[in-house]
Amino acid sequence: MGESKPRPRPPLPYNMRDVVLPGDAACPGCPIPMGWKVLSAVFGEKMILVIPASCSSVVVGAYPGNSLKASVVHVAFASAGAVASGITEALRRRGINDVQVIAWAGDGGTADIGMASLSGAAERNHDFIYIMYDNEAYMNTGIQRSSSTPYGAWTTTTPIIGKTEHKKDVAKIMIAHGVPYVATASVAYPHDFYAKLQRAKRIHGFKFIHLHAPCPVGWRFDPKYTARIARLAVETGLWVLYEYYDGKLRLSGPSRPYLDPSKRKPVEEYLKLQGRFKRLTPEKIEEIKKYVEWNWEWVKRHM
Amino acid sequence: MSKSMVRLEPIKYHVPLARPKQGVAGKTGFWRTEKPIVDNEKCIRCYLCEIYCPVNVIRVEPETGVTIDYDYCKGCGVCSDVCPVNAIRMVPEE
Ligand SMILES: Cc1ncc(C[n+]2csc(CCOP(=O)(O)OP(=O)(O)O)c2C)c(N)n1
Ligand code: SF4
Ligand code: SF4
Ligand code: SF4
Ligand SMILES: [Mg+2]
Repeated sequence: MGESKPRPRPPLPYNMRDVVLPGDAACPGCPIPMGWKVLSAVFGEKMILVIPASCSSVVVGAYPGNSLKASVVHVAFASAGAVASGITEALRRRGINDVQVIAWAGDGGTADIGMASLSGAAERNHDFIYIMYDNEAYMNTGIQRSSSTPYGAWTTTTPIIGKTEHKKDVAKIMIAHGVPYVATASVAYPHDFYAKLQRAKRIHGFKFIHLHAPCPVGWRFDPKYTARIARLAVETGLWVLYEYYDGKLRLSGPSRPYLDPSKRKPVEEYLKLQGRFKRLTPEKIEEIKKYVEWNWEWVKRHM
Repeated sequence: MSKSMVRLEPIKYHVPLARPKQGVAGKTGFWRTEKPIVDNEKCIRCYLCEIYCPVNVIRVEPETGVTIDYDYCKGCGVCSDVCPVNAIRMVPEE
């Protein structure tokens, strides 16, 4: 009998093994290192993460240690876009072209305080990837509301009736900048996120990825449900996975069935697992449903 | 003014660079209140638990099945929730 052929080794998980080191400072069930594992499957050690003040700054650990076998540059809250632009240009001048610069910023650091430097980097079309990991509040400082917190959600600064405004949709803002590549992703769909990073890697210019990242601490759910809740956001149609390039929106595989509203799970299934939505009234749930419909109409118009 | 504000000689900085290190937050296994126990007979080697584990402590191999590094596993339970065949059970730590 001949030698049996070794089984093919899929990139996930085999290429995720070496860069994200065990024993980081993240809470149990944290979505942040889940996202980093996918980054590492694409870029390995050859990435420079530019991280503004956020949970991620803490998760990688304090000097002299670093939980990532990749370079991390800790920067001031508002500056991820600017610093990543500078590093990208410095590498280019030095002729280093096998290292990926990635701005890895929270929703507060992106939708709120980092918006100006992000917009500048996009407008100048610097060749790097900006990833907004969206845990939908300022988690590191104690769950304060951000402009990316969804309607109705409890936070420590919206304590009684929840947030009364809808989420700021940063991916749409980036599409309006006319950058070469914009995508949404979710920690529940690592293969989809992987494929998007692979595409982003091949595109020259500014790339933006909006990563949905449920946080057990801030959203008030059992840490074992991080992936489940992220998946429910997609299955209920609340979070739509797509890519936008060459002037067209392309719905990603996991979201394709939900173009048909009858295929979507009721949003209640997503909301009921999270303590932050505990006090939603039926009227507020109706408002959330309307928002979902409105967002899908936007998606359809751009396909 | 005699003293120039501009230093012309090269400056040798000592840059405090952090280095990659396992366990930057210590042995995070101590955080655990529940422990994931794998039934390798039931396991269908789908890799999902390894792909999702936030602490990167699971290894799935077709031959040997699932192994978990309990020194660092935080006991979040994500692996047990994503397993399609319920091969991972969470049991309370003593
Ligand atoms: C200029 C400035 N203002 C405020 C802070 C305090 N601060 C540090 S992290 C943080 C919240 C970050 O929120 P987000 O970007 O959503 O990341 P998360 O912690 O949720 O991961 C704040 C307000 C700061 N470091 N710098
Ligand atoms: S608060 Fe949330 S995002 Fe921050 S480290 Fe904990 S689980 Fe992760
Ligand atoms: S309980 Fe959490 S940390 Fe432990 S192996 Fe499972 S997913 Fe990883
Ligand atoms: S998720 Fe379950 S079936 Fe899949 S590899 Fe892990 S233990 Fe085995
Ligand atoms: Mg946040």
